[in-house]
Amino acid sequence: MARYILKRFILMVVTVLIIATLTFFLMNLLPGSPLNEERSTNETVQRNLEAHFNLDEPLVVQYVLYLKSIATFDFGPSIKQPTETVNSLLGRGFPISAELGIWTILVAVVSGITLGVFAALKHNGIIDYIAMTIAVLGISIPNFVLATMLIQELAVNRGLFPAATWSTPSHMVLPILALATGPMAIIARLTRSSMLETLTQDYIKTARAKGLSPVKVVVKHALKNALMPVVTILGTLMAGILTGTFVIEKIFAIPGMGKYFVQSINQRDYPVIMGTTVFYSAFLVFMLFLVDIAYGLLDPRIKLHDEGGG
Amino acid sequence: MLPATKQKKNNHSDIPDEWFQPKQRDEEQAETVVRPSLSYWQDAWRRLRQNKLAMSGLIFLIFLGFMSIFGPILSPHSVSDQILSNQNQAPSSTHWFGTDDLGRDVFTRTWYGARISLFVGLMAALIDFFIGVTYGGISGYKGGRTDSFMMRIIEILYGLPYLLVVILLLVVMGPSLLTIIVALTVTGWVGMARIVRGQVLQIKHNEFVLASQSFGAKTKRIIRKNLLPNTMGPIIVQMTLTVPTAIFAEAFLSFLGLGIQSPFASWGVMANDALGTILSGHWWRLFFPAFFISATMFAFNVLGDGLQDALDPKLRR
Repeated sequence: MARYILKRFILMVVTVLIIATLTFFLMNLLPGSPLNEERSTNETVQRNLEAHFNLDEPLVVQYVLYLKSIATFDFGPSIKQPTETVNSLLGRGFPISAELGIWTILVAVVSGITLGVFAALKHNGIIDYIAMTIAVLGISIPNFVLATMLIQELAVNRGLFPAATWSTPSHMVLPILALATGPMAIIARLTRSSMLETLTQDYIKTARAKGLSPVKVVVKHALKNALMPVVTILGTLMAGILTGTFVIEKIFAIPGMGKYFVQSINQRDYPVIMGTTVFYSAFLVFMLFLVDIAYGLLDPRIKLHDEGGG
Repeated sequence: MLPATKQKKNNHSDIPDEWFQPKQRDEEQAETVVRPSLSYWQDAWRRLRQNKLAMSGLIFLIFLGFMSIFGPILSPHSVSDQILSNQNQAPSSTHWFGTDDLGRDVFTRTWYGARISLFVGLMAALIDFFIGVTYGGISGYKGGRTDSFMMRIIEILYGLPYLLVVILLLVVMGPSLLTIIVALTVTGWVGMARIVRGQVLQIKHNEFVLASQSFGAKTKRIIRKNLLPNTMGPIIVQMTLTVPTAIFAEAFLSFLGLGIQSPFASWGVMANDALGTILSGHWWRLFFPAFFISATMFAFNVLGDGLQDALDPKLRR
């Protein structure tokens, strides 16, 4: 177990390192210095600015300094907003995005599993068809389209929910709904097919034969095993939800991390782009790491030691 | 004796005697197969045709492909023609899908967007196919150290959040159609490589591969002639499912302002431009691009699902 965790951990560190390196060198490929503005500054000011941002050092030194700043979790100042640092933007945006993300995952997992289980239990019945229609639609409609449709229908036409910003629970309904539908659909489909397979297993027949209540058979025996594939895709889903927050936060004017990220891209605020990209990637890779470990702990068939590949 | 048999026969209702003759055996006909023998592809096509949902997806996609070529020609307006007196016109006989805030024809722009979406989707799938199949084929066939090294690389690439990488590349390389396709395929081929590797691992120990090897066939030939044709099913399914992912990514990036730039039209750009108009009630500006993105993704998804069932040899009847 310890060895497995160690291996995953090393892989995680390597991945983050690669992303950080990639980000650094790609950003350095850009023509011109980030300090080159339309308005010209005099020579001394320019030189001092470069020294301030360590841009006068050789590339290798800059790279080492950059890695050090990542390791100490200090992503430096924003170039376009002089009063802000990347850390202050992250500190303000992340809690809001995290709140949105956590609710989204909760809604997606709970409703997705419920939908999938009922679809599997009533295989080829009406509930099955309805659930799978919802699922295919949920996968096909991009979240930004769904978000605009929800605003149009539920906020503008009916006035049930506020159309934008992030404060009271009723503000949260539409963004969470828009963001959770896609992952919910994927989870529902996966749960359904995995449940259908599990329900034909012999141990389910045994459980039924020994007179357990249907609820107990489904929840305790079938679901527990059927959910393993769902655990494996949670990491990928989180990546989708995270990138989804970019557009959702833009559409609903939510002051989260995604908004700052998109804004920094549009303003070409390189330190912010670099900082948020590395932060996002590290966060995601860490989530994948946690999911892997959780999977190893949940499934006793995985022996958790190195067997090559994997 | 004789009368008794006669009596018996009479009890037998009115089935004529001749019917109880043994049928003549035809030695030559005995070997022929009554049911027509179907090749793998013929059988897959037969089963796909029975899947109504997948077929409607296919028909929609053919229609979309047709319209993406001829749609802009059907309309008298060009993609970037701005008629400022015609701002935000509702759908009418002159502008079938209405016009946008710069007086551009939404009908023309929609099919132009279809062109871009389909192009991005198909190119991404094609490039993924070439890289992924080559990589996965070599990795699976060589096995051993080569395989585990190549798989390590894949494992790392798989951990990269692909849309972030794509955004990063777009920021650096500048937004253009080519950049989007390059950015999408940088990490996109990994899924294909994994599938091909898994398939190759399964079939590479078959006798026909051994036969080729003993004839002295080179690795390249074995992969191309022996291994790949037998993995085409899962490869095609994976390609069908790559296309909607790429289309979604393009729309997503254009929506964020990172993709196709005006005056060119893409569904993502159109949806983004239409965002501000929700309150003003110009529904057609959002409806058409949104509908076609969703319908295209839906069509590719159901077609992919259908192909998955049709090409699965285990489900063959």
